[in-house]
Amino acid sequence: MTTRARGPGPLLVIVPAYNEEGAVGAVVREVKEQVPGVAVLVIDDCSQDATVAKAREAGAEVLALPHHLGLGGAVQAGYKLAFELGFGYVIRVDGDGQHDARDIPRILAKLKESGAEMVIGARMGREREQWRGRRLRALGTYFFRMVLRPILGKPVHDPTSGFVGVNRRALALFAASFPLEYPEIEALVVLQRRNFRFEEVPCQMRPRKTGRSSITALKSFSYITHVLLGVFVNILRYDGRRRRRGSGSSAGTGGGG
Amino acid sequence: MDRLLHVSAGVCLLLLVMVMVSVRRSHIRVEYSVTWLVAAAAMLALSLARPVLEYIRRLLGLPDTPLAVFLLGSAVFLVVFFRFTLIISRLRDDNVALAQRVAILEYHLRSLTGHES
Repeated sequence: MTTRARGPGPLLVIVPAYNEEGAVGAVVREVKEQVPGVAVLVIDDCSQDATVAKAREAGAEVLALPHHLGLGGAVQAGYKLAFELGFGYVIRVDGDGQHDARDIPRILAKLKESGAEMVIGARMGREREQWRGRRLRALGTYFFRMVLRPILGKPVHDPTSGFVGVNRRALALFAASFPLEYPEIEALVVLQRRNFRFEEVPCQMRPRKTGRSSITALKSFSYITHVLLGVFVNILRYDGRRRRRGSGSSAGTGGGG
Repeated sequence: MDRLLHVSAGVCLLLLVMVMVSVRRSHIRVEYSVTWLVAAAAMLALSLARPVLEYIRRLLGLPDTPLAVFLLGSAVFLVVFFRFTLIISRLRDDNVALAQRVAILEYHLRSLTGHES
């Protein structure tokens, strides 16, 4: 099977995975079960375990990176391939099983009906309450919500969510330029600086099935510093280019990679 | 004071020799050795030309010459580090793009040959 775009607005589900042999197969099977006929592409970030084999066994196609690039580099590789293959919509589902595939059709519907370039599957309301136990993450998310609100001009409930759908306009942008290290928050700023829109859809989040999150308590300070710096660099980068061009055009590239 | 300048000159001379040997053994590419050679030569010249160092010290309003040597050395090597940070950043971007391209080409190749494993 080849992951080719079929007809107008076909959907590709991408699953970035690094050492997720325990979960990736179930994730792929669940996506295929909930969205019959959908193309699923696992982007293997040079795992040392059997992630590639498990993904292929489950029926996914695999984009295998030759060495470890980190989350942003892996996701961007998927965006690049999706753009080349002509897909109209791409939804990213994490390879650790935290995202519920039953929410994919709702994200796709929101992308189509709203015309927004990005739709985030967000923990909202009751769902956020269930995550209260993870205080560090909740605190970080709250901090970034406060930072991003004036920058984005509207509230964002879950800026760190990796359950994200994009349309072809955002795909073209991200294929050319995408933050490399911690992409979720910076990507929002990159979109906003180009006057692209984003929407949020309340979604179910589950505890990861196996393995451990790449964002540990010890890495949190580094995470916050990097992301804050990335946010402000993206703002400065865009404004600098706009001034040099001497126009208000929203075109251009930003972010790393 | 003289001892400090002699030590500084000796270190710069050692650096020059190390860079030259590394270039000769192809451990450092010629284009990247130029920055180190210029920096080491500049510091060596300053260490040997005491009147120039005194002039710079007075120009900067510094109380003593050792501080001038230290500050000038720091400034020169900060510029070197900055230049190499630029180079590393560019190489990192190129490396990511190259790895992504290799993966995508392998994907296309696998699709064409139909050798799913």
